[in-house]
Amino acid sequence: MNAPATQKIRVVVAKPGLDGHDRGAKIIARALRDAGMEVIYTGLHQTPEQIVETVVQEDADAVGLSILSGAHMTLVPRVVELLREQGIDDVLVTVGGTIPADDIPELKELGVAEVFTPGTPTQAIIDFISGSVQEREPR
Amino acid sequence: MAISPQDPRALDDEWRELFEATDERDVPFTTLSGVPIEPLYTETDLPEPGEIGVPGLYPFTRGVYPSMYRGRLWTMRQFAGFGSAEETNRRFRYLLDHGQTGLSTAFDMPSLMGHDSDSPLSLGEVGREGVAVDTLDDMETLFQGIDLGEVSVSMTINAPAAVMLAFYVVAAERQGVPADRLAGTIQADILKEYIAQKEWCFPIDPAMRVMGDMIEWCSTEMPRWHPVSISGYHIREAGATAAQELAFTLKDGLTYVEQAVERGLDVDSFAPRLSFFFNAQIDFFEEIAKYRAARRIWARELRETFGAKDPRSWLMRFHTQTAGVSLTAQQPLNNITRTAIEALAGVLGGTQSLHTNSYDEALALPTEEAVRVALRTQQIIAFETGVANTIDPLGGSYFVEALTDEMERQAYDYFGRIDELGGMVEAVKQNYPQREIADASYELQQEIDSGRRVVVGVNDFTEGDDGQTPILRIGLEVEREQVERLAGVRARRDGAEVEASLAALREAAAREGENLMPYMIACARAWASEGEVIESLQQVFGGFTEQPVF
Repeated sequence: MNAPATQKIRVVVAKPGLDGHDRGAKIIARALRDAGMEVIYTGLHQTPEQIVETVVQEDADAVGLSILSGAHMTLVPRVVELLREQGIDDVLVTVGGTIPADDIPELKELGVAEVFTPGTPTQAIIDFISGSVQEREPR
Repeated sequence: MAISPQDPRALDDEWRELFEATDERDVPFTTLSGVPIEPLYTETDLPEPGEIGVPGLYPFTRGVYPSMYRGRLWTMRQFAGFGSAEETNRRFRYLLDHGQTGLSTAFDMPSLMGHDSDSPLSLGEVGREGVAVDTLDDMETLFQGIDLGEVSVSMTINAPAAVMLAFYVVAAERQGVPADRLAGTIQADILKEYIAQKEWCFPIDPAMRVMGDMIEWCSTEMPRWHPVSISGYHIREAGATAAQELAFTLKDGLTYVEQAVERGLDVDSFAPRLSFFFNAQIDFFEEIAKYRAARRIWARELRETFGAKDPRSWLMRFHTQTAGVSLTAQQPLNNITRTAIEALAGVLGGTQSLHTNSYDEALALPTEEAVRVALRTQQIIAFETGVANTIDPLGGSYFVEALTDEMERQAYDYFGRIDELGGMVEAVKQNYPQREIADASYELQQEIDSGRRVVVGVNDFTEGDDGQTPILRIGLEVEREQVERLAGVRARRDGAEVEASLAALREAAAREGENLMPYMIACARAWASEGEVIESLQQVFGGFTEQPVF
């Protein structure tokens, strides 16, 4: 990595809702950090409002939402809506967790860039985020 | 040619020479948890005969009962709960009508976190992963038409367990069943919440007090009740190795015993009511060794360290659930095979009860068909395979005995490190077990990502996934209806009585050494909601925010 530290991709890894399944979120946070990104992990039990506030404060390039409680069709639209209300349209939104295949088109329609279901290799997630962020705002 | 008796070590050496002249496959020969495995185990690997023993006698390596499954098979206890109390009550009555004798209740996320269904924090989560219980009214509905003096009820709830138990005791009282007749288990294992499952309400010290109050109260008022199920399941699911699951779970249990003894309870007055809950992962022999080591360690610690005299205090009885994390979203039918092998490990490890996961659980909550296949898997093991014909059929296996010793050694290593940190409560505050688990889970993921560890259908043998598995969906109307029910209770009850009961609870909480159970029961009788009780206690104790480690 030759890029100066100030140009690191900044990613918020967030756990919306009440489920405590943080194994995946922590693995992803660590993998993204090991891949040279600046990772802010929100910790558990975050409301959509808290997550959007973190995205704004941290001036993030991307936010990854990890949900394993089945509440994704309530929580993800809320996060996307709040981002929009804040006038944020350049933050990459991805979702990971137990998301049924049938829900994925609707999430993408809302503006979610990608949905990572169980078994996705961490490298695929790293590649997607670094590729998409660089594409959006060439640095 | 006659075979002459030979020195076992000389024989080992002879074999090793032959073995080393051959080629090995180029794969890591380690357990799922990274324990290196020898190509062969022989009689030189066996422990002292006293360490193995016989079932039903100290140190119980081979099983807690003299007859084990020759006397009675394990209990097939499938965990259920979804939607409203009414819906779950219908499922319970269906199960009882079909011969089930125990009920196992799953609560939804808001109930597990102590939030009412109408809290903004509950949005989208009400009734989704379990049943929503806000007040005594929901608890009564949940068990309507079910004689609580006759069934045994298991409740999987931790941080707000004491509140839920108060609802349950009052619901039974209104049926005419006194607390001392109630049989069942409440999970209430708070240390593992901070370590792994992460459903908490208070900082760790007051949480330990609330739990201690409940155990103490149960020891005199509910002699048939198991006031805690010390759980390794969630620790393992969070990414722990087998040895970490074993060590952290047992250390949690020993910490609860220590606390109760410090409160002045006689160890034999409560230790026989402690029960355990372990995971069954896919590495077959490692799991069996883990259960055998667990029994031996618990018996030794209770007898030698705590001086328990009643042999029932030495017995580690445990429930087992197959590993949710071993299930794959890809080619889900393969999960039936995984679950069968894991369940078999639980049975050969001497479990007292077993839950088998459904093959579609990496996708969503299970469908009825998937649940049936999971139960049938246990029945095939019980009635077709013959494994229940003899007790501990793997006892004396060179490999299993050696691996049992290795598990025990690793557990005591962890005990030593935890003691150096000042005990388990202190270790958890310092994020020690959390960090060990995060490291282990990251290492395993790297092994899988690199292809060094094969997961069939995920990183190898990936063709043949049609993605057409039907899944269960829970509608959003459940949330709306539950919020309406709660509003109805709030409108019907006497507001002044609720406030008085909550104020008395807050005052008691502020006094050290006062047992909070009677105050929570008074809140339940006044129709206070779970969220109101928890928030009242939070005014005294504060809430909890984790400093996450990854």
